[in-house]
Amino acid sequence: MSASVGKVLLAVKGLTAAVGGRNVLKGIDLTVRAGEVHAIMGPNGSGKSTFSKVLAGHPVYEVTGGEALFDGVDLLALTPEARARAGFFLGFQYPVEVPGVANAQFLRLAYNTVRGGRGKDELDPLEFDDFVREKMKLLEMDPAFLDRSVNEGFSGGEKKRNEILQMALLEPRLALLDETDSGLDIDALRIVAGGVNHLRSADNAVVLVTHYQRLLNYIVPDFVHVMDGGRIVLTGGKELALELEARGYDWVEEAARSKAARAA
Amino acid sequence: MNDVGHPFLRGLLARRSPLTPTTPTAPTAPSVSWLLALRAEALERGSTLAVPTTRDEDWRFTDLVPLTRTGFGPVTAAPSLGADALAPFHIPEAGARLVFVDGCFSAPLSVIAAQGGGLFAGSLAAAFHTHDELLHTHLTRLADFRDDAFMAVNTAHLHDGALIVAEAGHAVPQPVHVLHISTLADVAIHPRLLVVAYRDSDLTVIEDHVSLHHGACLSNAVSEIAVAAGARVRHIKLQRAGKAAFHVATTTTHVERDARYHAVGIALGARLSRENLHVVQAGTGTDCQLDGLALIGGRQIADTHSFVDHALPDGTSCQLHKCIAAGAAHAVFNGRVLVREGAQRTNSAQQCRSLLLSGKAHIDAKPQLEIFADDVKCSHGAAIGQLEADEVFYLRTRGLDEVAARNILTYAFAAEIVGRIPVRSVVERLRAEVLQQTGAREIA
Repeated sequence: MSASVGKVLLAVKGLTAAVGGRNVLKGIDLTVRAGEVHAIMGPNGSGKSTFSKVLAGHPVYEVTGGEALFDGVDLLALTPEARARAGFFLGFQYPVEVPGVANAQFLRLAYNTVRGGRGKDELDPLEFDDFVREKMKLLEMDPAFLDRSVNEGFSGGEKKRNEILQMALLEPRLALLDETDSGLDIDALRIVAGGVNHLRSADNAVVLVTHYQRLLNYIVPDFVHVMDGGRIVLTGGKELALELEARGYDWVEEAARSKAARAA
Repeated sequence: MNDVGHPFLRGLLARRSPLTPTTPTAPTAPSVSWLLALRAEALERGSTLAVPTTRDEDWRFTDLVPLTRTGFGPVTAAPSLGADALAPFHIPEAGARLVFVDGCFSAPLSVIAAQGGGLFAGSLAAAFHTHDELLHTHLTRLADFRDDAFMAVNTAHLHDGALIVAEAGHAVPQPVHVLHISTLADVAIHPRLLVVAYRDSDLTVIEDHVSLHHGACLSNAVSEIAVAAGARVRHIKLQRAGKAAFHVATTTTHVERDARYHAVGIALGARLSRENLHVVQAGTGTDCQLDGLALIGGRQIADTHSFVDHALPDGTSCQLHKCIAAGAAHAVFNGRVLVREGAQRTNSAQQCRSLLLSGKAHIDAKPQLEIFADDVKCSHGAAIGQLEADEVFYLRTRGLDEVAARNILTYAFAAEIVGRIPVRSVVERLRAEVLQQTGAREIA
């Protein structure tokens, strides 16, 4: 989409990972540059969510090979919290409920921790309140969500808005949004997508992990990757998403199999 | 029962308070022959029953030897406390407050609700003059002491306690706070609470056990709660005894037709605590909710035995009990649900969720479902474990380090139950206490 080529934010090469002795990522290559939007699509169980969690540092997965450089830094050597402080953000498919902890308290804690990690000043509760209310307008969120417990009793759409609110607060350089569109009705989808678009800049990048093309009508990708069996088997432009929508995933799997057969 | 005449029980029964009320307002000693007879019977039972051992199914997980090895004297004179001693336990929402210092009713510290406004809240000793008939009807009606050594000892000592009565159709707007303050070590006290909620009344009672010392003492409490047809009672029990204290308590509740009972029990204190909760469905269409939390560490033992008895059709019961055990603590949950023949369309759900915070902590959870009706919906589940890896991961991706993430989630695990208490200031104070115990300073 952009004529000028941004600097490389994420460079993943030959990434493999296992869980419980089972290989789940089988060699992933992905380069994401500043200013770009990537979509990772694929059928259920293709490894999309696993890839997201491995990049964010979920301890259940063991990285068995390859590398992932984030702005030149070895992402895989960092703890999950250090990745967050470095500007890597994962929006969860199933955000966790934290009863008894007010959303405002949690958001401020996350904000200040990440800010502190970047050597910036922290905000006191009053300053933060003004700041977060501005960001909430972007997502048409009721300020009442500040007083409620984190994600507790939130609808699916409210949880996803709360995820994008966290993205807005933490100002990541790379945001990986895992199935952010699942469980959203059309209005919520429009609002969430609008929020993400608003947060995009020439200096950051967004990777959307999604099963459906729907979200990509609102956040238009520069690249669409299709995962299958723990690999990226096909990469194309935004028109690839439309083709997948029309033809399903079977032909991609078929094509990948015949390609693998030819290689062997 | 070969342990007849157990020396520990004999010791507890040796010196009992006389029946004459010590309240200065009492004009004469009441003529309560029925009470004398009751005490005599309880004394006889207490002198013949045995102290339960781990060979008794109901006490399998909790060894009382540390208790029976300790000697406790009676309270001869309770110290008088100034109002400032109450400040840390003050509940601003409460309308009436009944304060007991080492088991003795303190009129100066209490705010009673006299007859007239739809609520009576006062001392039992005074009520023997004014509510003789009510007491005769209700005292020991629900809490059968004949087969329980602790209840028998409590009843043998029966001379005072808290009485709370909500008149028919009356919604009591403010909670009633029953505060037991322990100031003396090496003594045994026998708190007694009777709650009578008449038809269609609405009442919230906070039963609160606190301590001003760190010595060993025994609190042996019995509470009886009668919830008449259509009434709603919320009963919050806070056990914040000292870390060397023993706390043994039985609460028996009868819930009549279309009535609702909601209990929240929080156990934070005591070296050894045992809560017996016995809820009997005494009418159709009742609704019971039991929420419990034991948050313990060190070498504490917290044992909750609940028994929900669905005796009639269309009853609902919903129970969530949580244990958090750190250090070398030991939590026990035994949740018995009985659905009797004829208790059709019973809907019962029980859950026990426990967190072990150290390798030496230990939890025994035993659901016990007995169903004799064929058209029922019953579920139960017990989960013991550590924090979910996904939950810790979520917080870490937001920049929090692992220790902070774990502390916050442990706090949240407890806060879910605390948040079910319908009294705001109690929720806030408990959250602060839980924060301290879970080390989640980040969100303080």
